[in-house]
Amino acid sequence: MFIQVNGESRGIGEGQTVAALLQELDIRADRVAVELNLEILDRKDFETRSLCEGDRVEILSFIGGGAE
Amino acid sequence: MDTINDRLVIAGREFKSRLWVGTGKYKDFVETKKAIDASGADVVTVAVRRVNITDRSKDNLLDYLDPKKYIILPNTAGCYTVEDAVRYARLARAAGVSDLVKLEVLGDEKTLFPDTAGLIEAAKILIKEGFIVLPYTNDDPIVAKKLVDIGCPAVMPLAAPIGSGLGIRNPYNLKIIMETVKVPIIVDAGVGTASDAALAMEYGADAVLMNTAIAGAQDPLAMAEAMKYAVWAGRLAYKAGRIPRKLYATASSPIEGML
Repeated sequence: MFIQVNGESRGIGEGQTVAALLQELDIRADRVAVELNLEILDRKDFETRSLCEGDRVEILSFIGGGAE
Repeated sequence: MDTINDRLVIAGREFKSRLWVGTGKYKDFVETKKAIDASGADVVTVAVRRVNITDRSKDNLLDYLDPKKYIILPNTAGCYTVEDAVRYARLARAAGVSDLVKLEVLGDEKTLFPDTAGLIEAAKILIKEGFIVLPYTNDDPIVAKKLVDIGCPAVMPLAAPIGSGLGIRNPYNLKIIMETVKVPIIVDAGVGTASDAALAMEYGADAVLMNTAIAGAQDPLAMAEAMKYAVWAGRLAYKAGRIPRKLYATASSPIEGML
């Protein structure tokens, strides 16, 4: 099935969890925020929350920034 | 300076440094880290953005800035609506370790001046959700007071437009803000060089936040160090109390004993 991750289409396994997706992308879960269909997920739910066809996932983290 | 007894406290949190720095516009994370260390700042602002999922080779900023050593202050930079600013603040909290947020709601792309009406609205929402909101605001004493009234534990008025390097364009308004509100004032944005930072502190600012003045300097590490001393010097001068300005001379050497 296909989901959107940071605006890009991506094929994943049926019932894959958010934690598994992060692992597959080589992203440290303690460094990011995950928004699933505009809902910000609690980090402790990454393991249990599974993804569905067409889900829109946003993965964000801190980058260098001052203002603007 | 007796920095131990001259600590900045905001919402019960103690800050070691009165110079706060942004982490944008540096060549790489190594330079970022070196400049921050040279500045002596313990508060660093960061932005929240999408992780690059196609190229995972890129380092993470937090590999260089240990959140145990620095106070990470996420901003809502780039947000022009209340909805966006609130969304980014929530994401920052989810990605990070604290309730601190430097709230920006920008008015337009050319000036990057704050949309103060939107700022107050967004601050209200976030404060209700338990955020410690440090608002980036205009040098407007009335808005500063409103922000404090709704629960902001500090205000961050600009010296000049972000990245402009114009220095303090409206010192009198800043002074009025300092007299009007009883919370720490962090002068944010517009500093061009060390004297601007010293001046802000001499006026009575509790801290200064800057990014471009350091990152954009010909030698960022040297400028970071210059800013450290400027903020110290300005703070010391403020505490020492300057002499009044007078139109005519007053001799420093005694007349007595002259031939």
